[in-house]
Formats: sequence, structure tokens, C-alpha cells
Amino acid sequence: MKRLGIDVGGTNTDAVLLDEQSRVIASVKTHTTVDIQTGINNAINDVLKKSKVDPKTIKQAMLGTTQCTNAIVERKGLAKVGVIRLGYPATTSVEPYAEWPIDIVNELSGKFKIVKGGYEFDGQELTQLDFEELKETLLSWKGHIESIAIIGVFSAINNEQEEKVAIFVKKVLGNKIPISLSAKVGSLGLITRENATILNSALFNVIHKVSTGFTKALEKQAITDAAIFLCQNDGTLMSTKYAEKYPILTIGSGPTNSIRGAAYLAKKKNALVLDIGGTTSDIGVLSNGFPRESSIAETVGGVKTNFRMPDILSIGLGGGSIVRQQADGTVTVGPDSVGYKIEEKAIVFGGNIITTTDIAVKLGMVEVGNVNLVDKIDIKFAQQAFIVIQDMLTDALDKMKTSSQQVELILVGGGAIIAPKQISGISNIWRSNYGSVANAIGATIAQVSGEFEKIYQYDIIKRAQALEDSKSKAIKQALEAGAEDKSIKVVEIEEIPLAYAPNDTTRVKVKVVGEIK
Amino acid sequence: MRKLSVNSIKNIAIGAALLGAGGGGNPYIGELMAVSATRKYGEVTLLNVDEVESEALVVPASMMGAPSVQLEKFPNGQEFYKAFDLLEKRLNKKIAATFPIEAGGVNSMIPIMVAAKTGLPLVDVDSMGRALPELQMSTFTLYGHTATPMAIVDEKGNGALLETIDNVWTEKIARSIAVDMGATATVASYPLTGKDLLESGVKGVITLCEKIGEIITNVNSYSTVAQALVALLDLTNGFCFMEAKIVDIKHTTKDGFNFGKVELEGLGNSRNKNGEVEFQNENIIFKLNGEVAITAPDIITFLDIESLNPITNEELKYGKRIYVLGVPCSDKWRTPAGIKLVGPRYFHYDVDYQPVEDLFKKVKELN
Repeated sequence: MKRLGIDVGGTNTDAVLLDEQSRVIASVKTHTTVDIQTGINNAINDVLKKSKVDPKTIKQAMLGTTQCTNAIVERKGLAKVGVIRLGYPATTSVEPYAEWPIDIVNELSGKFKIVKGGYEFDGQELTQLDFEELKETLLSWKGHIESIAIIGVFSAINNEQEEKVAIFVKKVLGNKIPISLSAKVGSLGLITRENATILNSALFNVIHKVSTGFTKALEKQAITDAAIFLCQNDGTLMSTKYAEKYPILTIGSGPTNSIRGAAYLAKKKNALVLDIGGTTSDIGVLSNGFPRESSIAETVGGVKTNFRMPDILSIGLGGGSIVRQQADGTVTVGPDSVGYKIEEKAIVFGGNIITTTDIAVKLGMVEVGNVNLVDKIDIKFAQQAFIVIQDMLTDALDKMKTSSQQVELILVGGGAIIAPKQISGISNIWRSNYGSVANAIGATIAQVSGEFEKIYQYDIIKRAQALEDSKSKAIKQALEAGAEDKSIKVVEIEEIPLAYAPNDTTRVKVKVVGEIK
Repeated sequence: MRKLSVNSIKNIAIGAALLGAGGGGNPYIGELMAVSATRKYGEVTLLNVDEVESEALVVPASMMGAPSVQLEKFPNGQEFYKAFDLLEKRLNKKIAATFPIEAGGVNSMIPIMVAAKTGLPLVDVDSMGRALPELQMSTFTLYGHTATPMAIVDEKGNGALLETIDNVWTEKIARSIAVDMGATATVASYPLTGKDLLESGVKGVITLCEKIGEIITNVNSYSTVAQALVALLDLTNGFCFMEAKIVDIKHTTKDGFNFGKVELEGLGNSRNKNGEVEFQNENIIFKLNGEVAITAPDIITFLDIESLNPITNEELKYGKRIYVLGVPCSDKWRTPAGIKLVGPRYFHYDVDYQPVEDLFKKVKELN
């Protein structure tokens, strides 16, 4: 059984093929194309040619892609959404779409209604649903919207109303209308969850294109026996069927895949990961085999959400970063870069711009292009530039460390050749021949997950029982996403007591992961 | 007198979170309420406290309850009409202006929303100069003013008017009503005259919050983050005690409050030092290498090392890199009665209050 992984990034589309023991059979890097699809086709074609494996032996195909992010950022191909918030008479002081950029609101039609419904923190009904009111609202939207987003106050605690309203929407607008329920999209925090749910509903057309496009690309190369998955931003996979319901979860999967791929190559569970690309270096933290998540709310295309994004520090240093001598004699590196034009602009490739790659060649760290061409670079200048590069990396890595102890570093990415052999504060630097396609490898080895979050009152439901309840619900979700029953493991339990509320009220969040079935 | 723009509001929210000392609620939802109301009803008029007529009735609008619940179920913005109405009927007088009860992420923003909706002016004053966990912890208490008659209202339309024997009882009764109302409620308390407000309030807090927010929003316009930090310390008369990484966080809920302890490990100039902060909603005591280095009522606050954004206690995360700041509290608290009401002994710490500037000097001498 072989596995194919594709990662579509801003500059490159990479593909890798792994064998039964998850060893790399072949890997390729191709340029990302404007239409994305051509790049994916090319990558699959190239990796099959290079490896000469029988396409029929590929049983799993994974795609990590930026298409949904691009659609939101460029406001392209987004659906018109009708937003139903269940919460009246509470919450009307902040309406849906508050503080969104106006162009994306217009793109989505901006239609919303705050109707009766919602729950209190303890799961009691805040207000009863009013189906007459719902019907009137839905009929007024008929023909003007393509999908529906339903967001209920405290639906993380009780999602019954959201489910009921979804059934009713289908009754009124027909079975075909895509619907997003907030309880499945985000956690507590009404506005950020609502934003994510609206974006999710806006992406239904885009994700449909992505998943059918990927399926067709595979068929075209005679890969017809593979189960198809898309990558989520937490380092786990979802089936295309699941992804078509929750396209928003693909946002930000790129950096996650790179960290996970690096972890796999180095066989590490805890380390810093440095991914040096052409223009930037991204630093992430690998904690128990998964990327450490960012604690600040993430903005996507100007919209604040509560996605589980990896905590990444980016600095303007890559293999194509431009190195200059300033008037005062100091040497600067970046933040501008020749980017993917490195093969024509850099000195070693016969160009006339000094890049960090040229510095690495000059100092004998690596042999790339025509090494004789670096003769014209002054050695003192190169040494100065090297110190700048070293300082930039040392500083950035130190910022991401969680202790003053020395930590291990996994170095990946196409620009990894510019990094020094030793960095202070780092005990060991791991490199791999496949480091430049770590993200595609991350896509290929991703697992499936399930997550559950709820508020419990520990003096009514005992803590142990509450944790057990959350675990079983998270496992159920992982099974639905395609996990193999026996491989499922709990990777995270978070308990947050709620201030002021009585009865030892605590918010519990459980996350499980498992291998793909 | 001046108008508050949307940008001003965003800056005030940031500054209030800093003075909120880790508590005061999450500034995000508060800011959205105030900004939404301003966009809809127009900019709010901000008065200096000496611009309020001496006999005018002024009432702070605030929220009481669990900050985490407010992130999910926030008000509809009409609750205040009922709360104000209850008070006006009881006092037989019209409310002339409103103001924040405390500087905190949520309660600095609520009165801005109320002012925008009602057209009432907002007064540049509060009753703490920071955020504090209990209702009686107000400079108004020090001047003998009672929180009652006080109106407490929910979004469903329920309302209650409290008459109590003292402000500690008000806290106790209001707290249990707030829980029954869904762990969050809207409050109009401490009805005062303009004259009393001038005497007993902490003046200029909103403007101070705005100035703090301006520095933090524009952190990139300084040559380094350290320079912006210096500007922030100058503005607040504050001290940076430690650059640190959070290495442990413990939370417990007891008697309707969030108690917790944060353990810190020094970084940069603070390398090889350790610190710990204990909180009851707000940060109460900070120890550096085991020695008491800041206590309430001085303000103990955490700032993100990159952005200088203040971090509320719900957002604390293992591994987060922070500065620990100590900011002197209002002089009104630095009296025997003030220390008794909100000093370390009230929070069951067997230490005497010492001003943050004295403690900082000691810390410096030790090094």
C-alpha cells in the first residue's frame, strides 16, 4: 500500500510517495500555478514518472492546499450566505459581520437575522425557537442566498437547537442547501465562532471544486483505488466528504504539515522546527508530536476567527534573501528576496544579485550552481553576512523556546542550506535529504482527529465522569472522520474553571487522534 | 469635552485591559459593543469630571458576572434603559451622564455603548483606576457612598432594585442574582451627584487608557519594542519587574471567583530569576525569587513581549513570553482605609502593603 501526499504552497506544489513502511519512494517540487489545478496535475504526473510505481498500488492520497485561504483573501468564488443567529433577546448589541471588511460582506450578501433561541451557560434554554419567525426569514432570502450558517448561543454546551433549525431550513429551502452549524466549527466565543461558521458556509463552492478537482487529477493518472483526504490545520486529515462540510478547517494546513513532516523525518516528538524557504523562515514548536497552537485569535482575510492555528514565528530570511552592504559599512540580509527567480538572479546561477545562497556557497557550506562565480564576492563581506544570518536565526529561535534549556532543532525547507552548522541555545540540528518536501510528507503521514468541548458542573456530574463523557464524544467524532478504532489516543485535555459560576463549573476540551482506517 | 472616535475606543479597550491587572474581562467583546454602537448612533461626548454639573445625577453602567460567559452571551444593549429607568423612578431624578465603574476590558466599554445609545455624555473618571474583583471595592466606598439603590437587569427583561445595609452585602446579594440571571448581568449602581463624583472618583482614567492604547497600537513606530515599553512606563509611572516565560498556570474556582497561580521563569535581563503571581480574577500579589515585589492595590499586569498587548488571565498560556509590570494605583487607595478595603491582607496574605516604587527600589538594590 502506497501513499501520495501533495502540498500546495504559495510558491511550490510538492508531491511525495511513501511506501508501506512510510519511507519516501520519490519526491518532486513543481511551481504552483495560478489555477492551482495544473500545478497539482503536474506534481502527480512528475512523482509517478520519477518513481515508476503502479498507480493502482496507491491506496491513500492526501492534499494540503491553500485554495480556501486564497478564496477568502482574494474574495473569489465565495457563496452568498444567510446567517441565522439563535440568541434573541441576548447578543443584539453586536450583530453578525461586525467589523468585517466591507468588500467581503458584500460578496457574501450580508444577509443575517438574530432570531429567538440559544442556551444559558448551564444548558437551559435561553429562549424557545420560533419556527414562524424562521420560516418568514428563510422565505425572504429564497433565491438570494446559496448557503446557510446557523450559530446558537452556547451551542458548544447544547447543540439541539442548531440541529433542529438545520432540519427546518432543509424543509423550507430544500434538501440541497449547504448548512454550517457553529457547534461543529468552533469553540466558545460567539463572535469568533460565528465568523468561522459564516466563512465555512461561504466556502462550499470552493471546496467542492477542490475535492472534485483533486479526485479528477488522481483519476487522470489512473490512481483510482485511493481513499482521498484533505489536510486540516491541526495536523490531522479529513475525508473529502467531511471536508465538503467543514472547508474552513483546511485553512493554515501548510505550516502544520511542514512541522509534522519535519517531526517525522527526524523521528522527534519535541523540538523546534525551522523551515527556511525562499523568502521567509518559519519557526514552529513541536510539542508531543503536534505543532504548538497559537494563543491569539487568528485573522483570515481581515476576519477574526478562533481557529486552531499553529504558533508560527516568521522572519524575512530565506535562501533568496538579498544581501547588501549599507553606506555605513554594515551588512544587511533581506527582508526582500529574489524568491522563485533565484535560478536566474543569484550569483551562482549567473545573475547579479547577492543572495544568502551565494554567501553559503562562498563560505564553502554548500555547492550549488557554478561555485566559481562567487569569486567576485569579498570574503569579509560574506563573513559579516553570515554573522547577520546567524544572529537573526538565534534571536528568532530563542523567542519560540519554552525553556532556557538547550533544545533540539529540526531544519527543513529549500533554503536550509544557508543555516549555520551550530546555533547557540540549540543542542543538536537535524537535517534530512527530504527536508525540502517536509510539508508534503507532513500531509502524507497526517492522522485523523476528534474534538469535543463542553461546560460541566463538577458537583452535579463528577469530574471523572465528565472527562469520560468528553472523551467518548471526541472519539465518536474521530471515528466519523475515518479513524481506526484501536489507534485512537487522547492527546489533549483542557479544563478551565469559569469565574463566578457556581457548582465548580468547568469547561472541558478533549482532543483525540488516530491512524487512518 | 471631546468626541470619542472608533480608533479612540479601540485604544481605550487596550489601555483598560492593561489597568485591568489580568481581570476586568476580555476586551474583544466589549470593544465590539462600543464600536458597533458608535458606528450606529454616532460618536460619544467625553466630559472631564469637573465639567459635570455639581447636582447632576451620574450613574456608572457596568456588567457583573463571568467574563467567559460574556464572550458567548453578551447583552442586547437595551438592558440599560430598564436599569436606568428603575433608578430614575426610585430617585425621582433623571440621569445626566454615565461613566465606567472600573478600568477593565469589558467595563470600560459598556458605558461607551450606553452613552452612544442614550445620547448621554460619558465622564472621564472611574471608581478604581484599575479593575477589582468585588463590588464594594470602589473609591466611592472610601467616601461613604453606597452602591445602592442599585438596579440589576438581564437581557430577558428581568430586573431587581437592591436596597442593602452596606456595600459588602450588595456584593453578596448581587452576585447570587447575577448567577441566576445566567452568570452575567447588567448593573447600574452607586448613584452620585456630580460634586461627589469629582471628589471620590479616579479622574482622567479614560484618557489615560487611550494614551496607553496609542503606544501599544503604534508599537511598530518605535525603533524597538523596548523603546515603546519605556514610553509606556513613563506614561503610567510603572516599572518593569521581569521579562519571563510562563511555565505553569493553576486555576481553581471557589466562592464564585476564579483563583489561580502563575509561575514564571526569567528571560533576557531576568535570566536565572523566578517569579509567581496569584490572582482572584485580578492579579493580587507578585513574588520575585520568593520575595514580595508587588501587591494589590498596585497594578500587576502582564504584557506580550512582542506586541506589548496586555494579557488577561483567561488568555494565559504555558510558554507565553511576557513582561511583568507594576503600576502605582490611585493615591485614593494608598490610605489606611483604602489598604484595608483592597490591600493584601483583605486577600488573606500576611504582608503589609508597600508602594510599588519602594519595592522596585529594593529589588534594584538587591541586584
